[in-house]
Amino acid sequence: MSFIPHTEDEIRQMLNAIGVDRIDELFDEIPAELINEKLDYVPAAMNEAGIRRLSRQRAENDGHHINFIGAGAYEHHIPAAVWQIATRGEFYSAYTPYQAEASQGTLQLLYEYQSMMASLTGMEVSNASLYEGASALAEAVLMAVRAQREKQRILMPETIHPGYRETTETIVKNQGIVLSSISYSGITGTIDLEQLGKEITDDVAALVIPQPNYFGALEAVDELTNLAHERGCLVIAVVNPVSLAILKAPGEWGDKGADIVVGEGQPLGIPLSSGGPYFGFMCCTQKLIRQMPGRLIGRTVDADGKQGFALTLQAREQHIRRSKATSNICTNQGLMVTAATLYMSLMGPAGIEQVAKASHANTRLLVEKLTAIDGVDVVFNSPFFHECVLRINAPMEDLIPAMTVQGVIAGKALFADYADLHDCLLVCATELRTEEEMDVYAMHLQRFVSKHQLETP
Amino acid sequence: MSNVPQELKYTQSHEWVLASEDGQATIGITDHAQELLGDMVFIELPEMDRELDAGEECSVVESVKAASDVYSPVAGTVIAVNERLADAPELINEDPYGDGWMFRLQISDTSQLDDLLDATAYEELESEE
Amino acid sequence: MTKLIFEQSTSGRINKAQFLPAEIPLDDIPDVFLRKTSPMLPEVSEMQAVRHFTRLSQLNFSIDTHFYPLGSCTMKHNPRICNEAALYDGFSGRHPSAPDSTGQGLLSCLFDLQEILKDISGMNEVSLAPMAGAQGEFTGIAMIRAYHDARNDDAREEILVPDAAHGTNPATAVMCGYKVREIPTLDNGDVDIDALAAVVGPRTAGLMLTNPSTLGVFERQIREIATLVHDAGGLLYYDGANMNAILGKVKPGEMGFDVIHLNLHKTFSTPHGGGGPGAGPVGVSERLIPFLPVPRIVESSGQFTVLDKKDCPQSIGRLSCFMGNAGILLRAWIYARLLGRDGMKRVADFATLNANYLKAKLEQAGFEMAYKNRRATHEFILTLKKEKAETGVTAMDFAKRLLDKGYHAPTTYFPLLVPECFLIEPTETESLEELDGFIGAMQEISKEAAEQPDLVKSAPHNLPIRRLDDVRAARQLDVVWKNDLGDSKK
Repeated sequence: MSFIPHTEDEIRQMLNAIGVDRIDELFDEIPAELINEKLDYVPAAMNEAGIRRLSRQRAENDGHHINFIGAGAYEHHIPAAVWQIATRGEFYSAYTPYQAEASQGTLQLLYEYQSMMASLTGMEVSNASLYEGASALAEAVLMAVRAQREKQRILMPETIHPGYRETTETIVKNQGIVLSSISYSGITGTIDLEQLGKEITDDVAALVIPQPNYFGALEAVDELTNLAHERGCLVIAVVNPVSLAILKAPGEWGDKGADIVVGEGQPLGIPLSSGGPYFGFMCCTQKLIRQMPGRLIGRTVDADGKQGFALTLQAREQHIRRSKATSNICTNQGLMVTAATLYMSLMGPAGIEQVAKASHANTRLLVEKLTAIDGVDVVFNSPFFHECVLRINAPMEDLIPAMTVQGVIAGKALFADYADLHDCLLVCATELRTEEEMDVYAMHLQRFVSKHQLETP
Repeated sequence: MSNVPQELKYTQSHEWVLASEDGQATIGITDHAQELLGDMVFIELPEMDRELDAGEECSVVESVKAASDVYSPVAGTVIAVNERLADAPELINEDPYGDGWMFRLQISDTSQLDDLLDATAYEELESEE
Repeated sequence: MTKLIFEQSTSGRINKAQFLPAEIPLDDIPDVFLRKTSPMLPEVSEMQAVRHFTRLSQLNFSIDTHFYPLGSCTMKHNPRICNEAALYDGFSGRHPSAPDSTGQGLLSCLFDLQEILKDISGMNEVSLAPMAGAQGEFTGIAMIRAYHDARNDDAREEILVPDAAHGTNPATAVMCGYKVREIPTLDNGDVDIDALAAVVGPRTAGLMLTNPSTLGVFERQIREIATLVHDAGGLLYYDGANMNAILGKVKPGEMGFDVIHLNLHKTFSTPHGGGGPGAGPVGVSERLIPFLPVPRIVESSGQFTVLDKKDCPQSIGRLSCFMGNAGILLRAWIYARLLGRDGMKRVADFATLNANYLKAKLEQAGFEMAYKNRRATHEFILTLKKEKAETGVTAMDFAKRLLDKGYHAPTTYFPLLVPECFLIEPTETESLEELDGFIGAMQEISKEAAEQPDLVKSAPHNLPIRRLDDVRAARQLDVVWKNDLGDSKK
């Protein structure tokens, strides 16, 4: 089974045309001692029916749970048309639009995507996407350092997703860039302004501001942005695209707006899929456009003056500029962006606004139901978007598996990343969670917590 | 054959230099360089007052096909940049030795000018490529 | 020309089937946090959206619609079952932070893929974390750096890269804080081993090599090169871009490489999707295992667990927030299981047969090959410099005219070493009649170039648009559509 169409006759005919007797002769430039056709592990081929059966079994083995985790990936409704159209062969099996005349579908779609993202974030320009949110932040950090020359320090608040911090660290650490942590207030769950005031000095290239932050809480983005700009550093906003239907666009933060905006595009029509493929978005001011990594699509005209779309500013990219490129990135996440563009078109501004509002309202309702339980409390007093940190008087290591057995994924436990939040859970209820599901969650949680309280006098 | 004015000095990396009596140098890229690169789309110039070493990367000329670094032919301080290039990068294609000039330096050591190529030497370099 | 979706938008139009009708309060979020204007997203009906994007799709060339011999990209058939199965609910609906116990099915597939990749690459361990070839490269070089750093061998500041290499190689080395030194290539396409010997030394951190190279030939002195670099204390990095040529035949680990990346969107047929997503797993030799990126999947008595940085303290770290492109890895696993043990080798056999057939026939038809006396691997380079000199028709013109004739163009002007070149990779999934059709089209264009060069120079003529003004695109940048009426107030 390898999708090879050749018949024996055809093989013979082709070998004759080449002037060899056997296919093996075509490999005669490879030193003989390197040929090793023995595979120890790879199993024998399966046909399609077999692999479908096996895949189904394994997928079903993973089952279905009621999901109350957000923490960087969100379960939203995806209109059926999104993936039906995105997986049309003409999108699914095309490549990077190097031949513009034969790729106008992908190119126009990417131009429309760039326009949608720029408007959603309130920024002047958008690229055609990056791999996912966390590595997009790393690219934004590299970009800020390029734009600010000599400044090598980035302020990275602890209220950002821990996975984003780790990823950025991996990607930028070999270039001498320093990531300085900024702690958070135990009361508001937002950036500690006092520590920030001390850290934000002349050598800082950029301040990273998450909105909403990892705890779901809303940061004082206007004050933070103005402070950063006063001290001569850039602002990198990390945002949830769905939240932008109701929250202030980063382009409008403070007096001058954020300089670079990145985030995880998954909430816009991409399935959870255990973490990927997703896509990262990146928008920025016009001034920074030449520092931006990744593909960029521009509208222009053809030889007849007719509108058309093409890759532009390619001179900055690795295939031309090689060791001086802005990044080594080659691809974007084209297929995911196709889905996201469909999602935004099918939902429209009003539709996404409702999704954002309903996710917010559902999380409020969930928090209300869960905090009615004795031993469950809200930790921070800031307004939140669609996630909230709860302190639970019960051992977290046991709670998650116990709830999972009941079919409820209770939330993201914070003990691995925040020592002072060792007994806390980050919960989320998107527009898809029903009141009945929340009641199921509350019932099981109540049982677990009261059982624990009985056991520990 | 591209245009190589006799009165200018040149570098191996295709910059030209016009030195004046008062120790200033006007710098751009040669006709040959602009021909190789093709239609210019963006020019990144050095910041004013920046101090440059001889051979230091200080500017980028970007065409549809390529982005290429421009190196300062001599050491000095940037005292002027050609602001018109921001909106009209094509000036480098149209008039590389005139309206397409890039930046001007106050030279810190005029003896460095002696290390540069004269027109004949640059023509030879071109013909070898 | 298809109108932009924004130009089809009507203020106030709502797609009711996707709309939550309730009045939802937002009274607990202070005004200062809220958005005052609506984003400029299209307001269209479901049917308008479906029609618009379906029409856009029809403007594309793709593997499903056209022969797509784009060299170095391995545009082979994408079996549909791979996509279908990756979208089964149990896989596609699972949250990345859900407990491992809820993902045993998925993890078993990914673990299986890791083992398959180990086997075909001859490496000791594999991590699936990198999300694309370029990220796999980054991972590889970052591990080389971590290895030298761990030994306090900090004089090693150079990465050697052949001048024929893909542009990502030097860009990657710089991202990892290294200087790049280019190694020249001989006229026969092999690396200039004397030039390499002259520069390799105590400053060498490693060498990045693609084999078969980007020139479409197998680097015959690979063992000598490996010895040279290893003896100097450097490590060898294998860019797996061209693995399709040797799958099931040669194992990079046995060529002496210490770290490799594989492009699953090439060799393992995951979708190219208009430019991504990809997946670029890395494999390493024994000494680099501690530095592999996280997460890593391990198995113990039938249970699969995901390891993170706490479990692997020397790891270079995380490359994405979650588990890389898990859904793409699944598709690759399905493809690998469809191929099976014998199918792997057949991929290389037939990719090579198709390339050599195309090369032989095009040579007979009068086209000039860049490396005439070499075997093609899974791809080869043809140069049109003679055609350009005689008729003024360039490789670009040839490429555009091929589009008119219903063939996607090969890779043009890469590698940079060969003037007016086409890098042609037919892949194993193309039939003889498709190859013959392509050869016929090339011959026709050759004739046209001689007889009516303007027809070729002004191609394409049969596509939705003609050649685009790239200079205008770059000078008068228009990358975002502007609504002349401004954003609407809420």
